Amino acid sequence: MLWVDKYRPRSLDKISVHREIANNLKNLVSEHDCPHLLFYGPSGAGKKTLIMALLKQIFGPGAEKVKVENKPWKIEAGTRTIDVELTTVSSNHHVELNPSDAGFQDRYVVQEIIKEMAKSRPIDVNGTKGFKVLVLNEVDKLSKEAQHSLRRTMEIYSGACRIILCCDSVSKVLEAVRSRCLNIRINSPSKEQIVDVLEYIAKKEGLQLPMGFTGRIAQQSNRNLRRAILCFEACKVQQYPFTDNQPAQTLDWEQYISEIASDIVNEQSPKRLYMVRGKIYELLVNCIPPEVVLKRLLFELMKKLDSELKHEVCHWAAYYEHRMRLGQKAIFHLEAFIAKFMSIYKKFLIATFG
Amino acid sequence: MAPIHSSSQQWVEKYRPKQVKDVAHQEEVVRALTNTLETGNLPHLLFYGPPGTGKTTTALAIAHQLFGPEYKSRVLELNASDDRGINVVRTKIKDFAAVAVGSGNTNSGYLCPPFKIIILDEADSMTEDAQNALRRTMETYSKVTRFCFICNYVSRIIEPLASRCAKFRFKPLVEDIMTGRILHICKEEGVHLDSDALTMLSSISEGDLRRAITYLQSAARLYGSSISSNNLISVSGIVPKEVVQSLYQACKTGQFDLAQKEVSDIIAEGHPASQIFSQLYDMVVQATDISDETKARISQRLAEADKCLIDGADEYLQLLDVASNAMRSLCNMTQECCY
Ligand SMILES: Nc1ncnc2c1ncn2[C@@H]1O[C@H](COP(=O)(O)OP(=O)(O)OP(=O)(O)O)[C@@H](O)[C@H]1O
Ligand SMILES: [Mg+2]
Repeated sequence: MLWVDKYRPRSLDKISVHREIANNLKNLVSEHDCPHLLFYGPSGAGKKTLIMALLKQIFGPGAEKVKVENKPWKIEAGTRTIDVELTTVSSNHHVELNPSDAGFQDRYVVQEIIKEMAKSRPIDVNGTKGFKVLVLNEVDKLSKEAQHSLRRTMEIYSGACRIILCCDSVSKVLEAVRSRCLNIRINSPSKEQIVDVLEYIAKKEGLQLPMGFTGRIAQQSNRNLRRAILCFEACKVQQYPFTDNQPAQTLDWEQYISEIASDIVNEQSPKRLYMVRGKIYELLVNCIPPEVVLKRLLFELMKKLDSELKHEVCHWAAYYEHRMRLGQKAIFHLEAFIAKFMSIYKKFLIATFG
Repeated sequence: MAPIHSSSQQWVEKYRPKQVKDVAHQEEVVRALTNTLETGNLPHLLFYGPPGTGKTTTALAIAHQLFGPEYKSRVLELNASDDRGINVVRTKIKDFAAVAVGSGNTNSGYLCPPFKIIILDEADSMTEDAQNALRRTMETYSKVTRFCFICNYVSRIIEPLASRCAKFRFKPLVEDIMTGRILHICKEEGVHLDSDALTMLSSISEGDLRRAITYLQSAARLYGSSISSNNLISVSGIVPKEVVQSLYQACKTGQFDLAQKEVSDIIAEGHPASQIFSQLYDMVVQATDISDETKARISQRLAEADKCLIDGADEYLQLLDVASNAMRSLCNMTQECCY
């Protein structure tokens, strides 16, 4: 098992990074009930861990007995029937899914599942009716229609099911949906917290750590705990015992983008643009999301620039990323950004050095 | 298994007004509707306004009051979770509207007005085509059916429909009305709020009563029956003033890297960019030490970035661009791109 999974805290009591939030959540469900919840915060901050631990707190160990199903759904929508195939993770008490996987039919899927849950409402020994929890991931990627359709549903079915929404960017969730939930912000762990977690893992695994090694990994992980742990394990696989100046492993694609940045800064010409395009394609076919490519590229380019140019370059990055959202083909906009950068940079060089 | 105690029912639902007269702060609507309750005469209605201001509540209350036990046969409620494509508009709504109603006494002996109501909640999400298809239906059955449209933005309703309705704007609740409602709930639930906390609660919920009630219930669950304003801040997850302040200060220094660091931190802390924009906007507009022109420049870019966010643009990049633009404006650097 990967360390990220092996050392994922399983209960609210064991959560070390978001201590205060975990305590609050524990009190929140102390009467075996909770409002609809919306967890938001950067990826890798630990939202998922908190949600799983919370479910366990509410329902006991039963919430951990999950089965993964990939089943086709037949949904009656007015006059037609819609077929969608979707992966759900569920226990007796909850169902979890990524509705955005269903594309523009996400609305039907969400509604269907909620209705089904309300029908099969669990009844406990005292004969009182309990509730089930629906965990919806990536709600920021949910279509506007699907989000609208949650509004009244969240009110009508508030007895039979609780909805836990989870997303990176809460700005993309409708105001009306946010108003129906208790919003919980999950911040990325600080560098020190990441170091603590890494040292805890090292202790459990019985590893010897050279001075400052975990610090370097934490620094490089950009406050993303998942990444830090993955990187730590990769280092261990690569070389153990650790050496004093062993570098923290960078991810392949990041290395690749840093090379692209050098390519661009070294030469600005149509020929170079053409060459870089090939490399960008390479990244995209390997499923690196285009906005991640753009942001990383910006980060690498910024390292090489005068502050005078930084303003302009970051403006164009924002501009082309926005266009990318509106458009269909990401490559056009990535390439446009690179071309723009080349032109700015070349003019700057000419103005400065003649 | 988790039983639901009646005591732990969601307060938002528990304190949803059942009668039109109990809807707070929307006097205009209440007055007009109370009138119709007496005369039994109802125009088509269009309710619009921000979330949590009582639109759905009012629509359901009026329908219940008009029809009492006949509610089921006289009221059709369709919201965004129902399919409301053109076909449904053409069939379901038409079928419902077409069945005539007898006037006067009904089976149950309840005296109700001689029409039906179709409530189209969350009408923002209806397509224009579907709305267009409704025009005919509305006209054809206008004798026996009343429509009630509910939405957040009135501009999402096509003009021909909107012009057929009596429009009511639901205002965000003002502070003293909000505190009145909150105190009422506190009394019923045995919760104590000091006056600071009370003011805090109305200011963080920004006129959205549902949000205020949710915060209150969560805080009560977390911190027991005595709640301070700090408790409320921590449940609401609002962006602390200092965060925006330090971004603004970083912009004033004119050092790009400082601002970039602030932006990265804000995003890593998980603060929503949209919230930062609105707080930064307040700060800039109220600042006394910068020129109007500077304010205008910053605000303009803020507006553009806000639109980009709605289109789904990346929060980090937009915030960075806003910060860089603010810095150039504040420090009188060149505005135009020079290269
Ligand atoms: N004017 C009001 N008077 C009394 N209670 C209110 C009022 N507005 C909102 N509430 C409270 O907030 C809850 C939600 O209100 P309601 O469902 O009417 O909001 P809405 O305007 O339909 O919002 P949305 O646009 O999000 O659908 C109600 O259950 C009630 O507890
Ligand atoms: Mg409503």
